[in-house]
Amino acid sequence: MTTHVQDFLAQARVVTRDLRHRGLIQTALRKYETARDRKKAAFNDWQSARQAAAETKWDAINHLDTYLAEFADKMEARGTQIHWAGNAAEAREIILGIIRSKGARSIIKSKAMTAEEIHLNDAMEKAGYEVVESDLGEFIVQLRHEPPYHIVFPAMHLTRDDINELFQKELGSASTREPEELTMIARRALRRKYITADVGITGANFAIAETGMISITENEGNARLTAALPKTLITLVGIEKVLPKLEDLALFLPMLATAGAGQTLTGYNTMYGGPRQPGECDGPEEYHVVLLDNRRTELLADPEQRDALHCIRCGACLNVCPIFKNVGGHTYGTTYSGPVGSVITPHLRGLQDWKHLSGSSSLCGACTEACPVKIDLHHHLLQNRRNAAVGEPSFFERLAYRLFAFVINRPALYRFAKEAGRLTEPLQKLIRDTPLDPARAWTGTRDLPPMPEQSFKEWWEERR
Amino acid sequence: MTVTLFIPCFVDSLYPGVGISMVQILERLGHRVVCPEEIACCGQPAFNSGYWPEAREVAGPVLRRLQDAEVVVIASGSCGAMLKVFYPQLFAGTPQAEAAKALSPKVWEFSSFLADKLGVTDLSARFPAKVTFHDGCHGLRELGIKTAPRRLLEKVQGLELVEMADAETCCGFGGTFSAKFPMISTAMGEVKCAGAAETGADYIVSNDSSCLMHVQGLLSRQGSPIKTLHLAEILAQR
Repeated sequence: MTTHVQDFLAQARVVTRDLRHRGLIQTALRKYETARDRKKAAFNDWQSARQAAAETKWDAINHLDTYLAEFADKMEARGTQIHWAGNAAEAREIILGIIRSKGARSIIKSKAMTAEEIHLNDAMEKAGYEVVESDLGEFIVQLRHEPPYHIVFPAMHLTRDDINELFQKELGSASTREPEELTMIARRALRRKYITADVGITGANFAIAETGMISITENEGNARLTAALPKTLITLVGIEKVLPKLEDLALFLPMLATAGAGQTLTGYNTMYGGPRQPGECDGPEEYHVVLLDNRRTELLADPEQRDALHCIRCGACLNVCPIFKNVGGHTYGTTYSGPVGSVITPHLRGLQDWKHLSGSSSLCGACTEACPVKIDLHHHLLQNRRNAAVGEPSFFERLAYRLFAFVINRPALYRFAKEAGRLTEPLQKLIRDTPLDPARAWTGTRDLPPMPEQSFKEWWEERR
Repeated sequence: MTVTLFIPCFVDSLYPGVGISMVQILERLGHRVVCPEEIACCGQPAFNSGYWPEAREVAGPVLRRLQDAEVVVIASGSCGAMLKVFYPQLFAGTPQAEAAKALSPKVWEFSSFLADKLGVTDLSARFPAKVTFHDGCHGLRELGIKTAPRRLLEKVQGLELVEMADAETCCGFGGTFSAKFPMISTAMGEVKCAGAAETGADYIVSNDSSCLMHVQGLLSRQGSPIKTLHLAEILAQR
């Protein structure tokens, strides 16, 4: 067992029993579901929209080389500096290099899961820079020194009381239970940071090849301020975020808003085409776009699971996942949690270390049904399990399945096994849920069904 | 027609009443039922755990024995999905690939066989109770079965069908998942049971005994009065 699986199991044991957490997440996600269904109904045909989105992403991902080159050329033509980062360390070095060259001291940052993926804040803080998250949810979890709970709703595990307590402690604010007042407290703290920051860092929702633009969608206006006020702007974007044409946004922006948050459109949708152009009066003097691979090209090389790169990070699969709802976002121990995280993390961070995430699923398929770009999520979990078992089979598990096959393929042996089950049933009851009980994983919380006097096959034989 | 009945291993050994009910219903409808003794398991546990060669050891003989069947009717959406959807993947690139593809369209989950293939929904069954239906995930999402069991239940005399919140949410069984991650599986099951209890139903009914085994295991431990029953057992009641 690796430590990752031990951490996962230990955390899952705690969180699944936490009824307050269960209630909180279920209430929040039920509200999401109602809103999402209402907005889905506004599409003429949601299923056709999914199909169109999947086809566009298929085109983008299967011609990634062409579209990325087009994107980079178009951006460079307007003065943006493009950087190619093969892995997390390279991306951190590129970004720190820019910050150093600007003699910067403080950095304002909007929401970017890619930055979480490469542990950018840690690196910047260790290098002595002050980094402030400007998205409200991210700001809250940053104050708590914890990673985002959910890729779209970073602080969904917290109540207004939790946030009030946090703000009083960390910001010295007066106590309040009003969401508006809590938001104002955060806004006052953040406005000062926008003005003093030397560098702004953003993520990206889409990278448009045709026009060379970064599309960012947000509800608070914080990404606009992050991008517009500092003299230097850096955008960190995964290479899979590319879309061929500007008009693709006409589908993808409402789709992302609907699937992600149950909105028609996200509050602010902005396109960034480059640094301040001659004659323009605002915008950053320098714009850097860092394109991050970090093993995405390895996923690209896997034809079976390449469609996992379609992901637009809407979080819809997390929101419908009964595993996510019960273990919560932090239990995964990964940047990307929920079904899509369980699919891609074994690719991005090592199959054997993270295979337990693909295992911890009932394969119910709610994720695949919800995915707006039609990633075959739950079947990819099966494929990860197969690849993990081929790579490093468990001796006992394989032996168990071989034994099972041996017995089940021999009717006499199978009959004997059923008979043995019936005969040992009273003993099973005596040792139920004790360390002696071989079925303890089941009987700890659930009763076993009683063994009937006659199996179906025995009835069938007798009847003939 | 001659119906080859596939009674999965756990239905055979733990829920014989489900198989017996299916035989009774199919024979009442005038079909000849055969049930090859050697067929016991579809191989899904090994397949879902990633042990595909071991799954083929179980599934290979099943495939051979079913190749001449006219139709195969199966008591579980989950095992049905294994035969219909996953065998073609499991056997892809093996000498049995064609046989797996040929079997797929002949496989029917029981409720869908009655309502969709035979077009029969009224079986003159009588079951005076309040019932809520749980959609097993594999039946629902791999086989696309949603209305067939409800159309059948609507025709049962005396039966009141009430929908629970999140009827389509997984009960948490998931095969070996329930033993490998019991804490998650149990939490999911508790949510399912709570949703069913809210309806005030006397019975949770499903077309998959595996889901019901999990739900019943939790209900019994909680001391809940709600009972579980497979759809076939209700449809056989007179």
